Amino acid sequence: MKFYAGIDVGSSATKAVLINERLEVVGRGVHPSGADFAGAAQAVYAQALAEAGQEAAGVAGVFSTGYGRSNVDFANGQRTEIDCHARGAYHFFPRAITVVDIGGQDNKIIILDEQGRRKQFTMNRKCAAGTGSFLEEMSLRLQVPLNEFSELAKNSQDPKVSIGSFCTVFAQTEILAKIRAGVRPEDLARAALESVAKRVLEAQAITTEVVATGGVVANNPMMQSILARILGTEVHLPPFPQHVGAMGAALVAAQTP
Amino acid sequence: MTETKPENKKIQSTGTFKKIMADHFLQMDAAAADPKRKVAWCTSVGPAELLQGLGFEVYYPENHAAILGTIRKADTYIPYANAVGYSPEICSYLTADVGAFLQGFTPLKRAYGIEAVPKPDVLVYNTNQCRDVQDWFMWYARHWKVPCLGIETHRNVGDVTAEHVASISAQLKKLAQDLAPIAGHKLDMDQFKESVRLSQQCSELWEKVLRCGTAQPSALTFFDGTIHMGPAVVLRGMQVAVDYYEELLAELRKRVDERVSAVEDERFRLYWEGMPVWGRLRTLSEQFLELNTCVVASTYCNSWVFNQLDPDNPFDSMARAYTELFIVRSDEVKEDYIARMCKDFHVDGIVYHDARTCPNNSNCRYGMHQRLSERLDTPHLVINGDLNDMRCYSDEQARTNIEAFVEQLGQG
Repeated sequence: MKFYAGIDVGSSATKAVLINERLEVVGRGVHPSGADFAGAAQAVYAQALAEAGQEAAGVAGVFSTGYGRSNVDFANGQRTEIDCHARGAYHFFPRAITVVDIGGQDNKIIILDEQGRRKQFTMNRKCAAGTGSFLEEMSLRLQVPLNEFSELAKNSQDPKVSIGSFCTVFAQTEILAKIRAGVRPEDLARAALESVAKRVLEAQAITTEVVATGGVVANNPMMQSILARILGTEVHLPPFPQHVGAMGAALVAAQTP
Repeated sequence: MTETKPENKKIQSTGTFKKIMADHFLQMDAAAADPKRKVAWCTSVGPAELLQGLGFEVYYPENHAAILGTIRKADTYIPYANAVGYSPEICSYLTADVGAFLQGFTPLKRAYGIEAVPKPDVLVYNTNQCRDVQDWFMWYARHWKVPCLGIETHRNVGDVTAEHVASISAQLKKLAQDLAPIAGHKLDMDQFKESVRLSQQCSELWEKVLRCGTAQPSALTFFDGTIHMGPAVVLRGMQVAVDYYEELLAELRKRVDERVSAVEDERFRLYWEGMPVWGRLRTLSEQFLELNTCVVASTYCNSWVFNQLDPDNPFDSMARAYTELFIVRSDEVKEDYIARMCKDFHVDGIVYHDARTCPNNSNCRYGMHQRLSERLDTPHLVINGDLNDMRCYSDEQARTNIEAFVEQLGQG
């Protein structure tokens, strides 16, 4: 049995996926990217191999993707995260879809046709509004750990609370004003998640079902329903939303002679 | 992984290019020091031929600002202009140039030993570029207490009508009268016509140079064009520009005949719409080389093609030439132009540069990019950046976007 690996060195987290020749996921890894991309790549690769009970010698090909894709010196090749998220999402939902990836520093909206070919893609502007780092800022302001953000938002009671500012800094001051006015943190947390979905809405007209990927979706289960409501379309989650880019890279490795 | 770095193919005429550009700046410096000679500052698509007909030495601040961008000094000086009330949201040519002036910096010193930009006797703009050029020139007019005159252009022009031409022609004639006392004499019609004739020749040759990009593979890239357009901007109306483009054209036609490609193993051909990212010319050029992708044509480099210039009818033909410019036309005309260019240059995709401080030259803010992609069945990419202010540009985002776009083209 041959194995293939994909390493996705993202701005916040590095992910690895190991697949077998039937393209089934047999191992995964995740580690903060930190300041040592090469080290993070090694760590997640080791995690994925350990989970699968395999050795690196049994891996026929490794592809890297993500911001730090060129830092993975053991990879045989690299592809952009746009290509890999598209391939990974299409693997799980093989039809015309729009992939919405909400990552730590950027959002990607990728339109695929029935054959999985990319028709158009858009990334957010330079500003990190509407990305994972926006939620990190919000969690600091609300003094809620990021992994509890979604739980907090679930208890929102006032649907009228919203964050209208386009930029993260303006949103911070807007939240300060709302805290001063007595708005509950639960409602602000839900409004912050909705704000992320609104940034997606304005980036690209979406006319198909959506497959949502990335760490923000993986760590905030509420995002699926919020995205569906705001985008007005069905939103699907793949089995491991945070690992879809790495999955795509592993698929490229498997398809590369 | 092994990395190979393909190199830009050197254009041999670059030696001549450097010499004539150096001569231009040195002559300008000498003119500024000579009380008998008059210096006029002119916008890059301003009435240069008229100024030459009046005997002015013509200096182009946009060229100076672009040099600030190219040597990556714009970011250093933009804040000084911001501090005197010129917003970071307005033209970064303006803010870089004024900021550098406030700090006593010019890239001409290191390049040519020139201490400062030439003091003008008059500043002459044409708002066909944008309104910012007027504000830019007014700042210097106030500083030096010299006159600032200009042509107010039409905008959103569909068909160029006789009325458009008449109104601009009348402004040019009035301008000639107003400039005469500053020049110290009336317009020399023979000299004026000669300048128009040479400008027309320069324009015709420059267009032929750019058309070498229609060859498959292309003989030059957009990035070559951004450098070699210098004489078409600052030396048009002069014999030296005509001579230069004859030399460059001969070299590029030889490339075409011998099927020498500007980008080795050219796989894809792109059109660049919008301003260059001056501070990243080399980075972008190298990335496209590595991707075996040639940016074969652009609206920008073609902005100095003035087909309508006619020495027998200098005022009206200048009025028409400077009104037929892409930048002042309606979206319908712009879309037809880009569609025609994409067909002529066999383009696989279009890259739009959304320049933060140049809304006038960013044509992806009112849906044009989406309309054209649908009409031409040609994919597009939008790069967020700026002409000069690299604080508005993300290297990583641009790199990934371009790479992903070329991957997309490779899907077939």
